[in-house]
Amino acid sequence: MEFDPFVLSRIQFALNISFHILFPTITIGLGYFLLFFRIRFTQTQDPHWEFIYAFWVKVFALTFALGVVTGIVMSFQFGTNWPGFMEKVGNIAGPLLGYEVLTAFFLEASFLGIMLFGKSRVSNRLHLIATSIVTLGTTLSAFWILSLNSWMQTPTGFTYENGIMIAESWSAVIFNPSFPYRFAHMMVASLITASFLVAGVSAWRVLKGVDGPATMKVLRVAIIAAAVLTPTQVLLGDLHGLNTLKYQPAKIAAMEAVWETEKGAALTLFGFPDEEARTTHGAIKIPKLGSLILTHEWDGEIKGLNDFDGKHPPVAPVFWAFRVMVGLGMLMLLVSWACCWQFWRKGSINRFSQRVLFTMTFSGWVAVLAGWYVTEIGRQPWMVTGLVTTAEVVADHSSGILITTLSAYFAMYAFLLYSYIRAIFYMSSKPAQSLQRMHNYGIPGKHPEDRAYSPINSK
Amino acid sequence: METALPLIFVSIMGLSLLLYVILDGYDLGVGLLLPLADDDEKDVMIASIGPFWDANETWIVMGIGVLLIAFPSAHGIILTELYLPATIMLLGLILRGVAFDFRVKAGSDKKAMWNRIFFIGSLVASMAQGWMLGSYITGLSGSLTNTVFSILIALCLPALYCVLGATWLLIKTEGELFAKAVGWARKSVLPMALGLFFVSIATPMVSKVIAERWFQLPNFIGLLPIPIASAIALVLLAVLLRRDVDSLRTLNPWFLFICPVIVCLMAALGLAYSIFPDIIIGQMTIWEAASHTSALMFTFYGICIALPCIILYTIFIYRVFSGKATALSYD
Ligand code: HDD
Ligand code: HEM
Ligand code: HEM
Repeated sequence: MEFDPFVLSRIQFALNISFHILFPTITIGLGYFLLFFRIRFTQTQDPHWEFIYAFWVKVFALTFALGVVTGIVMSFQFGTNWPGFMEKVGNIAGPLLGYEVLTAFFLEASFLGIMLFGKSRVSNRLHLIATSIVTLGTTLSAFWILSLNSWMQTPTGFTYENGIMIAESWSAVIFNPSFPYRFAHMMVASLITASFLVAGVSAWRVLKGVDGPATMKVLRVAIIAAAVLTPTQVLLGDLHGLNTLKYQPAKIAAMEAVWETEKGAALTLFGFPDEEARTTHGAIKIPKLGSLILTHEWDGEIKGLNDFDGKHPPVAPVFWAFRVMVGLGMLMLLVSWACCWQFWRKGSINRFSQRVLFTMTFSGWVAVLAGWYVTEIGRQPWMVTGLVTTAEVVADHSSGILITTLSAYFAMYAFLLYSYIRAIFYMSSKPAQSLQRMHNYGIPGKHPEDRAYSPINSK
Repeated sequence: METALPLIFVSIMGLSLLLYVILDGYDLGVGLLLPLADDDEKDVMIASIGPFWDANETWIVMGIGVLLIAFPSAHGIILTELYLPATIMLLGLILRGVAFDFRVKAGSDKKAMWNRIFFIGSLVASMAQGWMLGSYITGLSGSLTNTVFSILIALCLPALYCVLGATWLLIKTEGELFAKAVGWARKSVLPMALGLFFVSIATPMVSKVIAERWFQLPNFIGLLPIPIASAIALVLLAVLLRRDVDSLRTLNPWFLFICPVIVCLMAALGLAYSIFPDIIIGQMTIWEAASHTSALMFTFYGICIALPCIILYTIFIYRVFSGKATALSYD
């Protein structure tokens, strides 16, 4: 069988970035949770917060390690798979990636050491500062990389000089039209992913009776966070959609499977888009709602796929990915509110809810991946909307080599994902106190008494 | 600015990659030595690099990043040519990076497996780096002699990393492990020196361009300090290591660590001279490959502010974690 190297290159890139994004999504969100636990402990000196912190910081460290190593793959990918990309838009993409390394990566990587191993070597205050810096660093990472991604979606602020693209205004490049929406939506997505991870794992710990009251406490925090964040995300998603309609109407048409331009378009809930026949089979529609949601007007016009001269993204994957994301968003809203209600009425949640939360432990991942597939596949056939197509920039490796490396990555990722999830539940089955004893490795350096800070005996 | 900026960026790139080789070199080295230690010692060895490895690895991201920012077309060509070794290196780095955490978090029955993965990842990554260096020096063409040359470097680089790793352990450990580390350092100095010697001889043989740059009369004499300084550092290291372990304990271990660092520094200077002003030997100069001045200028501001900060807080972190590594601590 012959495989097209172009397709293989794309699959490989998509595989690598999809695997990478799983881990930053958690660390970005979990960082804020850790900060919260840490601050609560400093305020109240309640050992429960200390347990909770001790447990989740281990998950954080593990996730961070996976994020870093898969991120290093990403920094090589542009050169190995898309050499043309940097040649064409390197003058704009390069500096944005550069600022990510300079302002975020070093900051995170350096202060992570203090955050994880420095507790007994620095003052409580400095340790708190280090934790904040790491959290800030992950957010900064997201800032720069999303700025670049958004620029590829909605390029502004550039001109051409001798046929190459250069920046005319850096602020217009960085704060391009879709960036604020994408950044906000991604940050909230990370926080939601972390909330459901924390809630799911804690629910499992409650079911297994690990750590008693401390676990219920953290479960409650995670549920409240999710209950606040999910409606926010729906709102942000809606605004994001308006922005996309303005700048990338073809993507919206694919998301909603709108074939013909129409006013007062219906909303297709489900159906099977068929690009050959240019119709959606078995569609379940609600009249007018499409226009209402997308334009906030009953009779707003939505441009149909047939009016883009064939330059529109593949319809079915975008359509389906969008439904997965939104469907999960709604489910999360429902679950978090139902649990909140139980907490409010009874001070705890019942076993059924605990099981539901446990099954939703990694639901954030699914929603995030689905969302990214909408964004990225929805941009096709463009690499940079309206300017550079994906086909122009691919490297010409033989398909043999690509298949080999692709399989190697795939096998490795499957193994790592399995080990990661296993390790999380292995750690979850132990009480936090024994985890504290199972502390990673020694603290390299001077005597612990030096400037000792140990939460247990600090009072 | 138009001529100066590419020069500045190529220096920053060189500096980042040199720092990478030294810093990640010592922690890859510790990974290579890991199977030689017993179980408790393994924990201490990992502890000695725990707070540092992540930031160390960021230097290669920086190096590759600068290549991408400042010399995008060279970035594309080099990484496309080095696709296979780069991928292998990445797989090695992934395995090693995650093994750090999994070995203590995946359950005690899995610890031995992750220790082994840690070693394998370190070995694969360092050999792949040697391979990449080799093909880069030979101008990215895959003839038979060039391949042999790349294999030679792939075998030498791990030896260098072992020396860095062992001398790092002299700084960070005490007791029985210290004595073992002395032994490892003694054993790896000779392979490293031989490797370096062969590579230095082979380089001008495989690359005409490099041979011409070195073997012209006035230049050759001006360049002599480079091999001489490396030789002195090597001999000094070998002589110091011949002392018995107890007298080594009283010596400042940084003296021993600095020797291989000097060797790296000299190798980097020599290499820089061999390649300059090209970015891909014999094919493309740094000015031909450079990005537009506007992109360089914008990044340059950032570098001027961020790089000093990075260096300052890196020093701060090394001070916080100075001194000997202790075994499992229960804080
Ligand atoms: C926990 C994850 C999560 C949840 C619950 C949602 N999203 Fe989302 N969505 C993402 C995670 C995400 C994402 C992965 O983070 C994306 C991809 C790129 C981005 O910035 O955010 C995204 C992109 C994204 C886009 C971008 C399309 C483009 O690129 O132009 C739209 C229009 C929406 N979302 C809309 C919604 C709506 C209406 C939701 C209501 C339920 C929703 N999202 C829930
Ligand atoms: C924010 C940083 C990101 C950048 C700079 C980026 C850039 C790119 C590039 C260069 C391509 C290849 C060209 C193309 O096929 O369009 C691509 C495709 C793709 N990316 Fe992203 N991406 C980013 C984030 C993500 C994330 C987080 C995901 C998934 C979780 C993702 C999923 C995909 C997929 C599935 C494709 C393949 C689309 C196709 O070829 O049909 N991307 N992206
Ligand atoms: C093509 C796109 C991308 C590239 C080239 C890339 C590159 C990298 C690299 C090299 C690292 C390791 C940094 C270190 O050594 O400490 C990293 C980590 C990280 N990346 Fe990415 N990345 C990409 C996409 C993304 C996206 C889409 C996000 C989030 C929205 C993201 C957020 C992060 C964060 C927060 C980290 C810190 C490590 C962690 O938290 O696990 N990256 N990335």
